[in-house]
Amino acid sequence: MNNHNGPLFHISKRKNLLWYQAWAIRGAAILLALIACAAITTLLTGENPLNVYATIFRGAFGTTRKIWILLQNMSILLCISLAVTPAFRMRFWNIGAEGQVLVGGLATAACMICLGGRLPNWALILLMIVCSLLAGAVWGLIPAFFKAKWNTNETLFTLMMNYVATQLVAYFVIIWEVPKGAGKIGIINQNSMAGWLPQIGGQKYLLNVLVVAVITVLVYIYLNYTKHGYEISVVGESERTARYVGIKVGKVILRTMALSGALCGLAGLLLVGGTDHTVTTTIAGGRGFTAVMVSWLAKFDPLVMIFTTFLLVFLDRGAGEISTVFGFNQSFADILTGVILFFIIGSEFFIRYRLSFRKIAKKED
Amino acid sequence: MESKTPVVQMRNITKAFGSVVANEGVWLDIYKGEILALLGENGSGKTTLMNMLSGIYFPDEGQIFINSEEVVIRSPKDAFDHGIGMIHQHFKLVDVLTAAENIVLGLKEPGRLDLAAVSKKVRALCDAYGFDVDPDQKIYDMSVSQKQTVEIIKVLYRGADILILDEPTAVLTPQETEKLFTVLRNMRDDGKAIVIITHKMNEVEALSDRVAVLRHGHFIGDMPTAETDAHEMTNMLVGHPVELSIERPDPVDPKPRIEVKNLTVRSIDGILKLEDVSFTANSGEILGIAGISGSGQKELLEAIAGLQPVESGSICYVNDAGQREELLGKDPLSIAELGVALSFVPEDRLGMGLVGNMDISANMMLRSFRRGKSLFLNRRAPQKLAEQVVSELDVNTPGISTPVRRLSGGNVQKVLVGREIASAPTVLLTAYAVRGLDINSSYTIYDLINKQKMSGVAVIYVGEDLDVLLELSDRILVLCGGKVSGIVEGRGVKKRDVGMMMTRLGGAKADE
Repeated sequence: MNNHNGPLFHISKRKNLLWYQAWAIRGAAILLALIACAAITTLLTGENPLNVYATIFRGAFGTTRKIWILLQNMSILLCISLAVTPAFRMRFWNIGAEGQVLVGGLATAACMICLGGRLPNWALILLMIVCSLLAGAVWGLIPAFFKAKWNTNETLFTLMMNYVATQLVAYFVIIWEVPKGAGKIGIINQNSMAGWLPQIGGQKYLLNVLVVAVITVLVYIYLNYTKHGYEISVVGESERTARYVGIKVGKVILRTMALSGALCGLAGLLLVGGTDHTVTTTIAGGRGFTAVMVSWLAKFDPLVMIFTTFLLVFLDRGAGEISTVFGFNQSFADILTGVILFFIIGSEFFIRYRLSFRKIAKKED
Repeated sequence: MESKTPVVQMRNITKAFGSVVANEGVWLDIYKGEILALLGENGSGKTTLMNMLSGIYFPDEGQIFINSEEVVIRSPKDAFDHGIGMIHQHFKLVDVLTAAENIVLGLKEPGRLDLAAVSKKVRALCDAYGFDVDPDQKIYDMSVSQKQTVEIIKVLYRGADILILDEPTAVLTPQETEKLFTVLRNMRDDGKAIVIITHKMNEVEALSDRVAVLRHGHFIGDMPTAETDAHEMTNMLVGHPVELSIERPDPVDPKPRIEVKNLTVRSIDGILKLEDVSFTANSGEILGIAGISGSGQKELLEAIAGLQPVESGSICYVNDAGQREELLGKDPLSIAELGVALSFVPEDRLGMGLVGNMDISANMMLRSFRRGKSLFLNRRAPQKLAEQVVSELDVNTPGISTPVRRLSGGNVQKVLVGREIASAPTVLLTAYAVRGLDINSSYTIYDLINKQKMSGVAVIYVGEDLDVLLELSDRILVLCGGKVSGIVEGRGVKKRDVGMMMTRLGGAKADE
């Protein structure tokens, strides 16, 4: 009797996978994803999949303007992803980035509306920076305080804080609406441009891109080379170890969430002060949640996050394009994005584990 | 015994996890009416081999025959169907259920559940083999040894006649161990086949009829226990001759270093963990702490290290100049800031002492990373320390940038102990320093601890192996249910007496 009665395959952990082998697996996953998407496209729509791919590409890179929008979307998403990362490294599941961005944006708008024209522009912008960072930090500190003090569940807490932030913005939109009854604020300080962040070289989005580039490097250094970063990692790996070596866990949680919230607040500032010049309940646009995925996909590495952000924004922009060009509805674009993400996230499994199929026993005793 | 045919034959069994080969070409026979001791160092593949018999793993290669018929065991249920039952090191019981309920849990018997009948059947089993357990008692009310008994009955209830016990005595007192052995002998005489996995030589000698030795996943040999001795077995086990006695140098200029007075500790749930504990630990001396696991050892060490809130009492540190510092109410950081060089090797190495996912050098700086005013980490010094520890303590690792969780138990412990003694401590607390370590690594650790003692460190050594405690300690403090049952000299004290003190306050009053 042979061994073929055993399980068909088994899963074992890989060790010492070389970096290029890992990337080969990822590359293969993307290729497979494209093939699967092609099959789906042809089956469902009858379009030539190559045309569809070309359109996706054109949607992201087609014109200079499209490239700038891609960069702008990338920088905001990256900023929020960088913001949640210190918390994630601490195993503090901050899914409240959406709310933290909103309150940051709200604080910015409040400064612009209430003080626009009453302060010199540089002072106003300075105040906007301080207020937006503070607002975001406070929004992050509230759940952190309850976590540190009573070990509340941070995932639920930060999620709830999102709704509070949304309602808060909705309330102020009504107070500040222009004109009365419009239900929205409109462009703030449209004529005076008070509190609008300066444009560099006449490019609307360049400032955001540069700011986020600097933040990326800073967060990378902070997490990997500073004592704070080390403490965050130790607390994340094991709170008991942290206590054992005398790290004050509560303090680290508060400090890190203040940072996390403040960076989200910064994203709010860039959105309201830099590009939108208005505030609505949807300025974050779900990016607070997409950032969770970006951060995870990059395994919490700020530099890798540049690529994961690019991937998601690229897919999003491209998908938007095919729905307009081919007249598909948005859901079709979402299907393709979903398929591609499924393959990419799935490939991480094959990078970590190996499937071995049972060999049919060759000889018998 | 020679004429018997084996009830279990394992033939050419191979099992690999990734690139690690746990068992390779192992042949093993198990006979009815016999206690087989499966002996091997940690990582030698004893548990893996038995897990394949009990359906937890499936062999990559090889065959298993039961009563000369080839079988395929794919799940614990398959194993039960063939009469194989395994009692694991970590009990798998539901705390809020009674013994009887746990015993029938998962059994698919037709009809309504009749707990009274179950209890009756359990009592019958108890009477047959001499178990001491009440089927209607809740698990959370039970001692460790009672829980183990429930696990054994659970297996018997399912009709197992091949029993495998994975290091069953690790959690038991000497008296409880003796009781277990009696029960196992009864079962053997009843014709059951019994395998115990162990690395304790004295248990092999006291209990088994036959011993089989594994080394590095290979079957080295088996023989009747009566025809061998501890030395020969150790040599087979390790592969080369080893010296088996632990050194105990005389204490060096002992002076009081840690004075604990009337220490009382409650857990968060308000349960009394330590009650009115007083003792002095001297410099240049090893103070052994003996006790059944869970008698307050953990709380005692953690209270001294500043990790455990204390209800009342005092913990004084006395430095060389005779100045006293109260440590109570201070956290580890403020204790260090007082200039008290206190090192602590906790029981939970990877969950507390080290960070498993970080590499050796990042673990080296856990204690020291705060040094200096710079915002940035100094990685150079810990790297040097890591290299030093790896070479001096002979840590078997691909390099200092290997995550410590990838290291074997002994090497993990060397890294931890190496870091803790690198800071030139004056007090060294160790909890179960050799738990799970093989003989070679254990002796390395004893040597390191002795060296610390010789350099004037006050060592507090919490141990579970009484033989080792008796050989290593200058004095032994025996805890029983959170109270000090007695403090005895390590030289000349009898194992039996310490065992009595572990289970009863003051022990047998006759000797003092």
